[in-house]
Amino acid sequence: MTPAIHFRDLSFRLPNGNLLLDRISLALGEGTTTAILGRSGSGKTTLLRTVNRLLEPTAGEVLLSGVNARDRDLIPLRRSIGYVIQEVGLFPHFTLERNVALVLEAQSLPLADRLGRAHSLLAAVGLDPATFARRYPRQLSGGQRQRAGLARALAADPPILLMDEPFGALDPLTRLEMQQMMRSLLQRFRKTVLLVTHDLDEALYLAHRIILLDSGRILADLTPAEFLHSPQPEVQAYVQAYAQAFRRTPPAGHPPAGPPSQTIPFADPEAAQ
Amino acid sequence: MSFLSQNASTILTLTIEHLWLTGAAMFFAAAIAIPAGILLARSPRWARPVIGVANILQTIPSLAMFGFLLPLPWLGDRAARIAIVALTAYALLPILRNTYAGIRGIDPALVEVARALGLTSRQRLLKIELPLATSFILAGLRTATVTCVGIATIAAAVGAGGLGELIFRGVASVDNRLVLAGAIPAALLALAADAALGLLERITAVKR
Repeated sequence: MTPAIHFRDLSFRLPNGNLLLDRISLALGEGTTTAILGRSGSGKTTLLRTVNRLLEPTAGEVLLSGVNARDRDLIPLRRSIGYVIQEVGLFPHFTLERNVALVLEAQSLPLADRLGRAHSLLAAVGLDPATFARRYPRQLSGGQRQRAGLARALAADPPILLMDEPFGALDPLTRLEMQQMMRSLLQRFRKTVLLVTHDLDEALYLAHRIILLDSGRILADLTPAEFLHSPQPEVQAYVQAYAQAFRRTPPAGHPPAGPPSQTIPFADPEAAQ
Repeated sequence: MSFLSQNASTILTLTIEHLWLTGAAMFFAAAIAIPAGILLARSPRWARPVIGVANILQTIPSLAMFGFLLPLPWLGDRAARIAIVALTAYALLPILRNTYAGIRGIDPALVEVARALGLTSRQRLLKIELPLATSFILAGLRTATVTCVGIATIAAAVGAGGLGELIFRGVASVDNRLVLAGAIPAALLALAADAALGLLERITAVKR
């Protein structure tokens, strides 16, 4: 089967000579989710951005379903690839429904179709269209914005979804909710997903396959189960660094647990809006 | 009071003339500087030299500018032409600079998303960049308008009319009433333009 995304000997070098990606070769099957892990500066984002040609590789190529991305027209190519980033990037002067349907607007689809699609996608990511369709991004919480960003990325029903630290800026609880939603969405819509993250937990939960990148090279290419038990020192270091966070003990002299504090009733901030 | 009633129609005519000179200049300046600002935002390496030239225009003393233009063919034939060209030159810089800065100042994440969504360059400009930069561009227009309302009083020196005419006449005949009859409406025009464009600027500002 032709891979949905195929990096072939892909390198990216900055004009100043820095090599950010060093002969990456990687084939991603259709409908699979691949997580790219690695430190900051390991080339994760750079790799992602060569797929929708926000960056052009300086050597090698990206094949999408067997076709060289460079040979495809830029605009239709980008419209066929969903893109989600940490900052979300909702347009502040558009309502949510217009934000979500912007790709369709760019393709001059009739308004009714656009709105219908926007509303069903908002519902799919857990934002009730009756409440949220006419809201502006500034009226949303961080989690709601990220949901809307995801809906927008899915608007043109792209076969490929690129996600760059999509949940990195969210609080842990919201992040967990988003990951759960993401997982069920991916089971519903079959997409080829490339997920950049430095959250191992997220990678283990969402991905079929984990790529560890370091200094622009692939250090490991494993399934989540293999990743956890890999004998490879770099992978072990990563897993251990992660486990360490849970083993930490609170500082000495920590006040003993007092009487249970009064339960403060609080409203769910997402539901309150 | 009798002075006012005797001169009311003159003041009115000159105010209208003043508005026309400024308005025409603002129209031409906007027609040149907004597209130029957009182009510069697309190719920023030209920004420094081009904005530099606009900056130099701005530093020419206004009386000298009117004087320079006087001997030019066609332009020199009609005083209003000189005035409009000179005022346009002064209005270029604030509009150009603000258009450029307004577009360049858009959150890079928004620009990246607009590209990644597959918006064409034209769609990015019309749907994203211009709407987000509108209040900036209007702020430039406001600065330019207020400056030009003031400088337009000097246009009377080359016979272009406008409220400066009263001021120059008043100075020549040592009649403070005449000076004020020109200066006060000119100041009011500037304030009104400032308020009106300021309001427009706030309305168009994108809330975040």
